[in-house]
Amino acid sequence: MGQSLFEKVWNAHAVKTLSNGQTQLLIGTHLIHEVTSPQAFGMLRDLGLKVKFPHRTFATVDHIVPTDRQEEPFEDPLADAMIRELRANCAEFGITYFDLGSGHQGIVHVVGPEQGITQPGTTIACGDSHTATHGAFGAIAFGIGTTQIRDVLATQTMAMSKPKVRRINVDGELGPGVYAKDVILHIIKLLGAKGGIGYAYEYGGTVFDNFSMEERMTVCNMSIEGGARCGYVNPDDKTYAYLNGRPYSPKGDAWDAAVAGWKAMASDADSVYDDVVNIEASDIAPSVTWGTSPDHGIFIGESIPDPAQAASEEQRVAIEDALAYMKLGAGQPIKGTPIDVAFIGSCTNGRLSDFRETAKYLKGHKVAAGVKAIAVPGSQIVAHLCEQEGLDQVFRDAGFEWRAAGCSMCLAMNPDKLIGDQLCASSSNRNFKGRQGSPVGRTILMSPVMVAAAAVRGEVSDAREVFGI
Amino acid sequence: MALEKIITVSGTGVLVPGSDIDTDRIIPARFMKCVTFDGLGEYLFHDARFDPDGTPTGHPLDNPRFTGASILLSGVNFGCGSSREHAPQALYRFGFRAVIAQSFAEIFFGNCATLGVPCVTARAEDIARLAAAVEADPATEITIDLEAREARWPGGSFAIGQPESAREALTSGRWDPIGELLEASPLIAERAATLPYLAPTAA
Repeated sequence: MGQSLFEKVWNAHAVKTLSNGQTQLLIGTHLIHEVTSPQAFGMLRDLGLKVKFPHRTFATVDHIVPTDRQEEPFEDPLADAMIRELRANCAEFGITYFDLGSGHQGIVHVVGPEQGITQPGTTIACGDSHTATHGAFGAIAFGIGTTQIRDVLATQTMAMSKPKVRRINVDGELGPGVYAKDVILHIIKLLGAKGGIGYAYEYGGTVFDNFSMEERMTVCNMSIEGGARCGYVNPDDKTYAYLNGRPYSPKGDAWDAAVAGWKAMASDADSVYDDVVNIEASDIAPSVTWGTSPDHGIFIGESIPDPAQAASEEQRVAIEDALAYMKLGAGQPIKGTPIDVAFIGSCTNGRLSDFRETAKYLKGHKVAAGVKAIAVPGSQIVAHLCEQEGLDQVFRDAGFEWRAAGCSMCLAMNPDKLIGDQLCASSSNRNFKGRQGSPVGRTILMSPVMVAAAAVRGEVSDAREVFGI
Repeated sequence: MALEKIITVSGTGVLVPGSDIDTDRIIPARFMKCVTFDGLGEYLFHDARFDPDGTPTGHPLDNPRFTGASILLSGVNFGCGSSREHAPQALYRFGFRAVIAQSFAEIFFGNCATLGVPCVTARAEDIARLAAAVEADPATEITIDLEAREARWPGGSFAIGQPESAREALTSGRWDPIGELLEASPLIAERAATLPYLAPTAA
């Protein structure tokens, strides 16, 4: 009986079985950032411990960095204290830190892959729930809490219960204007926001075979929105081609040996899964959310659900609550909903291909009057590559603000926030109440091209119609 | 590391109704601009408790009848979203010592476990029964008994669910795993030596 990649990577990193039955799992790569790590370093000091593998620990600053004015000290003294704390912790413990001045700073889940730190067959942990992004490379990557960050800093291991594995096949061809974001929103809608609890998701099928590495990252990124702590795609030639020559990728003979090892880690053809889900690519259309949970998704041509038609009392209450918050009408078309803000960026959709694809359609169009539109590259390298291609100018000409790299308005821990009950067409990953910085701000999740269409029309729109895709 | 054995948790309760109560609800991101967890308790459920102008919304946590409650009751998928430990830390610092819900998001569940805060599951109708008892008499003393696998109060009881690993860790006083993880140092070195990418020269 064959083994899945998950099984192989887990076994290769299992140190021992703990007294409560959990596994002590070796974490090969530890990524840290300024928000969830300072308390962990504090705990480490309280216990008189050191960082066990500083050479396997990498830091960057992303959540709190302003994307307009980056001179230090930051205007926000709390944000300023956090970047200084991270810098001091990295210096004290000998941790590689991609700082603002390095040219390599960015969102931690963009930086790991572009540096070649993210590799197949490895385990990765980071104090951020979107760590599953790295699964696009066939890594087993988990979001962890601060006490677990302490555990990984101190021991390079953590206690974990082994999840089951669900294989999700998406086969066939995606239609024009249907993107990776639409695929993951569709998966989450089908399986639910808690459907993945207790599972690792293995994504496969022809759609994933054809996806670029960046598209795979978009899907893996939002695994947690479906409840799965970890999601991955088996490595293939695209994975190796992406990694070849990156700063932290193996070189020379070590490269050949590494690729051979990575190939051996991929799921066997006769792997047995705890569950299998099959999805037809042609069933997927451009998707948007209407509510306050990522599983509140509909296709752009569909209407907002009516609580009167809910399947259960629990669902009826949830729909009513979400619609009251979103100030949207039951049974109404979502298309045509006026927007105030358009945001393109985040660890979900803030990479070169996202800006390239969006610029292709945005060129020659203008953001509608009254809409504030911002484009935020996921890293300094993404920003640089976009600027080399002149993509920044396309966004600027259209009326977008072109910003510096960071998490920005995905969770609004920096100055980029919604005001009042503004409605934002957003390429980010969460439409929770208050997520984008205003306690009553509203979020509609969609692909970057759909955000551009909404920005141009000033309302939620079908990008295929707006841009003739 | 000698920790308290958490076998029972007793106290009064409060219901925060709803499904998919996410970590941004529990502690909005703007309150995470801190380098310690001190003081997070006061921001627990902030945006559900206060309107943007600061007016209290009449949230159950601010109802004087439930002041001092240490057991939180809720619905499905409690704690979904972010990995921020700020969420369980805020609950703990506000005074909660256990959560009973229909189900929990995984990272939140694990974060609570390492703080010694049991998250136990129960059926919707059982939680509703307990919530009704609490509503009728907020002084109702609830006991969550991890060994007997039940929650009980003077008027009733119901079975609770909990993964065995979490139950074992709490009841044996090993809910903070750091001691046991550190003990394995030789095994960690052995395992690391089998993985070429961990060699200090790999990069």
